[in-house]
Amino acid sequence: MKAVCWYGPGDVRVTRVPEPAILNPRDAIVRVTRTAICGSDLHLFGGFIPGMKSGDILGHEFMGEVVEVGKDSTLRRGDRVVVPFAIACGRCFFCQRELWALCDNSNPSAPTLEKLYGYAGGGVFGYSHLYGGYAGGQAEYVRVPFADVGALPVPESVDDEQALFLSDIFPTGYMAAENCNIQSGDVVAVWGCGPVGQFAIRSAFMLGAERVIAIDRFPERLHMAESQGKAEVLNYEDLDVLDEINERTGGRGPDACIDAVGMEAHGTGVSAFYDRAKQAVKLETDRPTALREAIQACRKGGTVSIPGVYGGVVDKLPLGAAFAKGLTLRMGQTHVHRYLRPLLGRIERAEIDPSFVITHRMTLDDAPHGYGMFRDKDDECVKVVLRP
Amino acid sequence: MNTPVTALTTESAAHRRRRDTHVNIDEVERWASLVLGSLLTVYAVSRGGRVGMVTGAAGGMLIYRAARGHSTLYQALGIESEPSHVAPVMSLAHRRGVTVRRSIAINKPVDEVYAFWRNFENLPRFMRHLESVTCDGPQKSHWVARAPAGRRVSWDAEVVDEQPNSRIAWRSLEDADVRNAGTVEFERAPGGRGTNIRVSLSYVPPGGKVGAVIAKLFGEEPGQQVHEDLRRLKQLLEAGEVPTVAGQPRGGA
Repeated sequence: MKAVCWYGPGDVRVTRVPEPAILNPRDAIVRVTRTAICGSDLHLFGGFIPGMKSGDILGHEFMGEVVEVGKDSTLRRGDRVVVPFAIACGRCFFCQRELWALCDNSNPSAPTLEKLYGYAGGGVFGYSHLYGGYAGGQAEYVRVPFADVGALPVPESVDDEQALFLSDIFPTGYMAAENCNIQSGDVVAVWGCGPVGQFAIRSAFMLGAERVIAIDRFPERLHMAESQGKAEVLNYEDLDVLDEINERTGGRGPDACIDAVGMEAHGTGVSAFYDRAKQAVKLETDRPTALREAIQACRKGGTVSIPGVYGGVVDKLPLGAAFAKGLTLRMGQTHVHRYLRPLLGRIERAEIDPSFVITHRMTLDDAPHGYGMFRDKDDECVKVVLRP
Repeated sequence: MNTPVTALTTESAAHRRRRDTHVNIDEVERWASLVLGSLLTVYAVSRGGRVGMVTGAAGGMLIYRAARGHSTLYQALGIESEPSHVAPVMSLAHRRGVTVRRSIAINKPVDEVYAFWRNFENLPRFMRHLESVTCDGPQKSHWVARAPAGRRVSWDAEVVDEQPNSRIAWRSLEDADVRNAGTVEFERAPGGRGTNIRVSLSYVPPGGKVGAVIAKLFGEEPGQQVHEDLRRLKQLLEAGEVPTVAGQPRGGA
């Protein structure tokens, strides 16, 4: 079969690989009908996540049709399913507390991750050998472990492009907003108007926010946030974000701030230059420009929610400001399984059509081009969907 | 050869303090260190130069360790050639045992976890180095394990203590290829959080103490091994399978 494989920073190729087989009783094999490139795939593409090996199959946003099941799987052949990016057993302490991304039993690389982080989270499709080394879904077929809890059958009334983003970015944006503990009248500021930022904006309104302020530098992304998300938008290259947010919130600051940017923030000025230099010489792994601003901007007693991915260590994190203002910081990989049914319900009730973020549709063969385009934001690219 | 298994003791603060400097080299090795150290020192003095300095330093260290009866290297590697004062299982009268202790929380009721372990024939399903365990009556069993360099070792074992849903202790019988003993304790975790188990294994490594040092330097760290064995047990009992990516596709070179 054809699969999108990682061969080094900036080097992904579509190559022929063997088809996947059932390896464990709860596995299923899914024929992929749609898959997408995620912003977090760009961290792999750029070589910012350790633990990648040449030939690894990428992709953690995908859906398709079940073609084979293990003996303990409750799925049936022919089921049309969308699959969460996080792999979880459904039966451990963490899964039973709905903390699916923290599953104890799904990560074969747990010993390595434990050395880095103290304790290991669960496995993730196509996301390095820290997260299990699972083959990803940017391929014609993919093996889905624990498929009985890790695949949601999709009703016919919902089409592929509407269901696909239940795999990651819609739940990720939604959890980011849920983590803000939004109260009536709240103002939420969102750094980053990529796909997760777009869903965070929509979700913040769904959860009762009065206003959302969205920050980015790409006009097309700001335009999407404004037209689709009904957000007030700020281009950080044109103005001082902190001043402007302060001005727009009566000098009090937003009730909650969402960092939907993560470890590869760009930013301007001295702090952005400092991070780029330190990252270049490996003195720092992550560039927390957006997170610094979010902490600085947030009102006293507010919440900073972090759906953007961080992997290692950051410098000059203003913990003093977070402490002095009594902030709540919430973060982590998305517990996708928790949101599948509720968010599918919202799609079925036409409260949202997640396909609004798609700007580019390609075949699997065009994936390398798609990666480059998405990274460079060429052709106003926001979201690439691939058809195997 | 074997002395009886004693009750599990808790490590006291005094013991912990003493552990940093306590005697962890046996008598024969202390003398050997002294003799070798002296020879090296004499050689170093006569040779001089850089090689002499290094050799002299090594000789000095050997004499020092002989005098103190304590090896910092062994301590770092967790090796005891002097019987530990705090070892939970003292079935090994031999002075060269290695003891490993690990614990893990399993999200299953204590009786289920206990029953799984008590059927020793289940152990090879999660202990990677075990090839098979065959039970011969409720107390006796025959164990076969994989050893380095494709070899096999085997021994007979007996249960020496058994408290249902609480504790199992076993040890190898005489003439074992690898003398060993183990204890596993089961404890109901509070708040309906399943079972905490604590495992303690003691064994005399094949190839003696030197074999243990070499094995550790090459990555066969017994503490990590037991940790991974327990993780597989947890995965089997909780998830019903051990996660794997062995055999999945990937791109060629």
